[in-house]
Amino acid sequence: MSTITSGRQQEMIGQDHPVIAPGHNFISVTEKIASIVLSRRTPFGWVIGATITFVMVMMLLYTITYLVLTGIGIWGNNIPVAWAFDIINFVWWIGIGHAGTLISAILLLFRQDWRTSINRAAEAMTLFAVACAGLFPLFHVGRPWLAYWLFPYPNTMGMWPQFRSPLMWDVFAVSTYGTVSLLFWFTGLIPDLATMRDQARHPLVKKIYGVLAMGWRGSARHWHRYETAYLILAGLSTPLVLSVHTVVSFDFAVSILPGWHTTIFPPYFVAGAIYSGFAMVLTLLIPIRKFYGLEDMITLRHMNQMGKVMLATGLIVAYGYLMEAFIGWYAGGYEWFMIRNRMFGPYAWSYWLLILCNIITPQLLWSRRVRENMLVLFIVSIIINVGMWLERFVIIVTSLYRDFLPSSWGMYAPRLWDFTMFFGTIGFFLFMMFLFIRLLPMIPIFEVRMLLPQSRVQSKAEAAAHD
Amino acid sequence: MAKEATPQELVQIRPRLSTLLHKAQQERGRRFWRSLEELSETPEFLEYLQREFPHGAAEWNDPVGRRRFLKLMGASLALAGLSGCVYQPQEQIVPYVRQPEEIVPGKPLFFATAMPFAGEAIGLLVRSNEGRPTKIEGNPEHPGSLGATDLWAQASILQLYDPDRSRTLLYLGDISSWSAFLSAIRTAMVEQDGKRGAGLRLLTETVISPTLADQIRTLLQKYPAAKWHQYEPVTRDNVRLGAQMAFGQPVNTIYRFDQAARVLSLDADFLFRGPGHLRYARDFANRRRVVATQRDMNRLYVVETSPTITGAVADHRLPVKPSEMESLARAIASGVGVSGAGGEAANAKYGSWISAVVRDLQQHRGSSIVIVGDEQPPIIHALAHAINAALGNVGRTVLYTDPIEANPAIQTESLRELVADMEAGRVEMLVILGGNPVYNAPADIPFRAALERVPLRVHLGLYRDETADLCHWHVPEAHYLESWSDARAYDGTVSIIQPLIAPLYQGKTAHEILAVLNDQPDRTSYDVVRDYWQRQHSGGDFEMWWRRALHDGIIRDTAFQTRTLTPRAEFPAQAVNQPARGFEVVFRPDPSVYDGRFANLGWLQELPKPLTKLTWDNVIYMSPRTAERMGLDRVVGSRGGEIWSEIVEFRFKGRSVRGPVYLVPGHPDDCVTVFFGYGRERAGRVGDKIGYNAFAVRTADAMWSGAGGEIVRTGQEYQLASTQLHFLMEGRDLVRATTLEEYLRDPETVHKRDHQPPQDLSLYPQYQYDGYRWGMAIDVSACIGCNACIVACQAENNIPVVGKEQVARSREMHWLRVDTYYEGAPENPTTYFQPIPCQQCEVAPCEVVCPVNATVHSAEGLNDMVYNRCVGTRYCSNNCPYKVRRFNYLLYQDWDTPTYKLMRNPEVTIRSRGVMEKCTYCVQRIQAAKIEAEKDGRRVRDGEILTACQAVCPTEAIIFGDLNDPSSRVAKLKAEKRNFALLGELNTRPRTSYLAALRNPNPELQGA
Repeated sequence: MSTITSGRQQEMIGQDHPVIAPGHNFISVTEKIASIVLSRRTPFGWVIGATITFVMVMMLLYTITYLVLTGIGIWGNNIPVAWAFDIINFVWWIGIGHAGTLISAILLLFRQDWRTSINRAAEAMTLFAVACAGLFPLFHVGRPWLAYWLFPYPNTMGMWPQFRSPLMWDVFAVSTYGTVSLLFWFTGLIPDLATMRDQARHPLVKKIYGVLAMGWRGSARHWHRYETAYLILAGLSTPLVLSVHTVVSFDFAVSILPGWHTTIFPPYFVAGAIYSGFAMVLTLLIPIRKFYGLEDMITLRHMNQMGKVMLATGLIVAYGYLMEAFIGWYAGGYEWFMIRNRMFGPYAWSYWLLILCNIITPQLLWSRRVRENMLVLFIVSIIINVGMWLERFVIIVTSLYRDFLPSSWGMYAPRLWDFTMFFGTIGFFLFMMFLFIRLLPMIPIFEVRMLLPQSRVQSKAEAAAHD
Repeated sequence: MAKEATPQELVQIRPRLSTLLHKAQQERGRRFWRSLEELSETPEFLEYLQREFPHGAAEWNDPVGRRRFLKLMGASLALAGLSGCVYQPQEQIVPYVRQPEEIVPGKPLFFATAMPFAGEAIGLLVRSNEGRPTKIEGNPEHPGSLGATDLWAQASILQLYDPDRSRTLLYLGDISSWSAFLSAIRTAMVEQDGKRGAGLRLLTETVISPTLADQIRTLLQKYPAAKWHQYEPVTRDNVRLGAQMAFGQPVNTIYRFDQAARVLSLDADFLFRGPGHLRYARDFANRRRVVATQRDMNRLYVVETSPTITGAVADHRLPVKPSEMESLARAIASGVGVSGAGGEAANAKYGSWISAVVRDLQQHRGSSIVIVGDEQPPIIHALAHAINAALGNVGRTVLYTDPIEANPAIQTESLRELVADMEAGRVEMLVILGGNPVYNAPADIPFRAALERVPLRVHLGLYRDETADLCHWHVPEAHYLESWSDARAYDGTVSIIQPLIAPLYQGKTAHEILAVLNDQPDRTSYDVVRDYWQRQHSGGDFEMWWRRALHDGIIRDTAFQTRTLTPRAEFPAQAVNQPARGFEVVFRPDPSVYDGRFANLGWLQELPKPLTKLTWDNVIYMSPRTAERMGLDRVVGSRGGEIWSEIVEFRFKGRSVRGPVYLVPGHPDDCVTVFFGYGRERAGRVGDKIGYNAFAVRTADAMWSGAGGEIVRTGQEYQLASTQLHFLMEGRDLVRATTLEEYLRDPETVHKRDHQPPQDLSLYPQYQYDGYRWGMAIDVSACIGCNACIVACQAENNIPVVGKEQVARSREMHWLRVDTYYEGAPENPTTYFQPIPCQQCEVAPCEVVCPVNATVHSAEGLNDMVYNRCVGTRYCSNNCPYKVRRFNYLLYQDWDTPTYKLMRNPEVTIRSRGVMEKCTYCVQRIQAAKIEAEKDGRRVRDGEILTACQAVCPTEAIIFGDLNDPSSRVAKLKAEKRNFALLGELNTRPRTSYLAALRNPNPELQGA
């Protein structure tokens, strides 16, 4: 338990805003978080939001049905731009899916106690984002009913997949990441599910949470095992945070296409992923926090820290863009043409919009006042989300559409079904978030309780006893 | 069980077929049907469709039965595993009762025949799979083919199987019978008997069939007052008139490009069309192939208006207005010493060009050719005859023979006469054998109106076209692949046309119609053709001779003897033309659908036109500068990956037509080129209502060009579909080109900018190709951009047509494309063609990225595509630097049309949606040859495998073979200094390599 909250750190970082507002005790924390799910009336806003996003989910299902029946020709993809919205959206969602695990695992290992009240929501977001991401590679293939051929499974054809292909690595990276994230998230939920079970009044609800809590009784042995498992999972997740987007970046870096064949891609993709992930966490948490009155637990301190992370990763991304341009110039030939074409070709708007969204806008985050102004921070986070989507557009489309032979240059324009698929996944993502905040404690109750001064004294004493 | 499933007998349907086929043709858009029963929509069938159980099957309506049924169901579910789930309907197959000689199921046979088209026959070898013609190849023994074919011959196989072809004999639009037709004709002919045929008229296209000509002559002997007219929109009248002017008699000119070191073409697109074009292209290219054993090349000057592929490969091209051509020809004639030719006007303007060309020609007396386009006015032809005579070319490079047409009439006059007769009511019976004059007659000859005054109109045609619609009787014509006939090649050599398949739709040939007119209705075309040749045959065993003629595809020694003729050298003084106001116009047949007869062939509609790469439309060509003057340059061009144009109204001699304008570099200013072949009303499902009909503004006095046209902007935007958006090389070393002089001085000049990565720059060990090592060399110098290879590839490899909308979305499926690049000023750029099939990289970027191993390397170095394994991630296409991979974004292949099933090459998989595909080097042909070689216990011989693109190529620009055999043609070509790898710096090690383009400019004109 001592691993999570360390008083020393608390003192060092927390000069200004606390990670939890004063005046809370164990009961009030539990009450506040659990009541959202159990006792408070379902807010009307929730119903509206869930309905709208549910309609979007239906739109997604309709699109997928039509897609499978007709072929991906309903999208705007062509030759030379054989990947477009499908892979842009895939990479974008995967990137978003990075924040959760980073917050939960890496910040856990670095003992950042401010992660505590946001990690659950961030992890849920990760899961839903990975689910959205997974839809794209599955349905973007020409024959999705055969997509399982990408898995190495024993078969009568006696065929392995092609282990040299980055798409194959993607399958492993994303499915591993999805699985570990799910386990990590669920493991972290267990003590809280038990709390919910104990708090619930309706017998059926009690039963459901009880089953999910897997018999958690809060014994010392339980806690011991839980802590060990959680730490191991955190350790497992940490390299995954780095590997997933590294592997995704290989989809491009391994190819020979100017604009893709770039050694800086792995770190720059990972930084970009964290960047977009934090932006998405902010985009979601700022309204939730306001709406459910959770300012006590998701405090300005959290916002401030996340703003800083975005600024830092944003600067790494900016460095990436700069190096791309520099190497393009340095390499000359096709590379230099590609860079100039990105900057001044027919898709120049996307490049400069990207620079505006991803490099210029986040400079606002240098200011603490911006980081603590929820409205501005919210807008900045949305702009960064747009910017990160544009980044993938720039990488994928503006590399493909003009490659080596000018005779086969083409252009790309999305069609209606590109948009319904994309917004459909956004709808699915938000709908899942709506379900999540309605059905599960969005803030880890037990971990927040540990942030309280009462628990700190105890844990210190305990720690001293162990030492 | 199968018996029960048959709802009706065919007999019951037949009576309804007449109405339903009529209905089907009237319906717009596709209507698919699975069986004749369904198509007929008889009540019996509809009932059959509705009924759950076949008629007569016991339906368990009683409750006891139903319970029993459930019991049985339970039992059968339990036993289902024993029988499997797939229930195959019972079908009847008929085995050969007696095995036909030579037929081995699965092995194709080749038969020699010929395609009569545009006034000449092209000798063919047609592949037949189990009795279905599936692919057309050139006949190497035929003088007009030498193994090559053009795009039209390639696409004619699609025409054979075109589901929109006319299928039934029609009387007044209703289905009728052959016997009804016979009695109607007999009655009419009996009527004509008394008048010596005064009311009988015959209208044909250019007749090059000796047998048909003989039949017509017989008819005209019997009915001396009857008349035979000929009309074809792409007529060679001017050639005939020119010969008349020069020699006082019709003459056929044959050119010996193999003997010519200097060629001056006055608007002759001799590499692309016109009699002998395939042979000429071969001979011409052979004089240009600079290899170790041949260090010199010919030089081609082209003076032309509308940019053509011949102009594109010229060493010097001079764009001129059509009105300047005569003066220019006169100036050249004067220059080479033809007295009284004149040409001062051209000398004033193009003096240095003309004098340089004249000097060059004079230095090559007897080994030069001046060739004039069929479209040019007669005087220019006469001048060219004089020039060739003055240069001593006649008898050496220019030969004269009797005309190959049976009757070298002036067709425009012939049609005019016919129309006058029709209007005067002198025509009682008009028999139209082929052709579509209602659509393509000159606008000022009111053929259509006159036709309606003829009491009996008979039409024989492949399609129920515009003309068929206005005729009382329409007889479906047998396709040439279904017919017996004969036809002459450009030099007079006769080929017997033999059918590859029985007529699919009871088609009749012109021979059979003429037999009916000659009161021999029982005679088949086989009888007619064979009889004719039996009569011509003297001595020897006729049967042997006949069989030999059929086998060889040519009748030996039927080429015409050359004649010694001296042209008259007096020319009327050039009429002083008022400087014309407005636009000058040039009319040309479309480079894909020709005069519209191929409008319903999707392959040709989707074929990128040689220079513009446009598909599915005809446009109005205009020079960029003229467009700029009219403000059209801002509207026309590529915008966001789409090609947009503006519809302009072209007014000419009081008539007008509206079509999209297009900017073509190298087009002279203040001129437009207008193309025929579009704007069809009754072409079929594919060809209807696309493009504009240029015949609507063509008049008999301006058949090919005219002045005083007007272009009016309409402001209406129009989208075009092109397969290439960018025509500049962006400073990249894609097509390497140099001059002959430079190359001979320093052969390394081609490789100056080479950057070849070291071969060992790989983690993987080098693969040793011990057996065969297939490779291809493409001579960019020889490629004339004629597109025949694209159609051949499409035919061989079952490549689907995707339609204009999909082409506009960059999803065309051609495995092979011909890239066109321009260099230099847009007024008169240098043009290069570069055919791009799959490069079959040894280090293929596509292979490593495929996650499912669907594209893999063969032990012979082929980059194989396994369609069954492909899931369609499209990563391979992204990683292909040559972008030769094509993806089935939608279900492009037609799985339903029954006739297409007959057409397809059974050796090549039909790809479905969601699958990537690409050029395979015709792996099916490689495998077939390897099997043959293995049976004989030898290696595959060089030249035994011809890829489809190679086989069709008139200039032999594409050579395929085994690189492990140093004596193979391809290995030798690759050893040439001209050989370079496209994008070799990427270390893809392509097996396809290119030979740099060489031009042989006249030093006097350098920089001019």
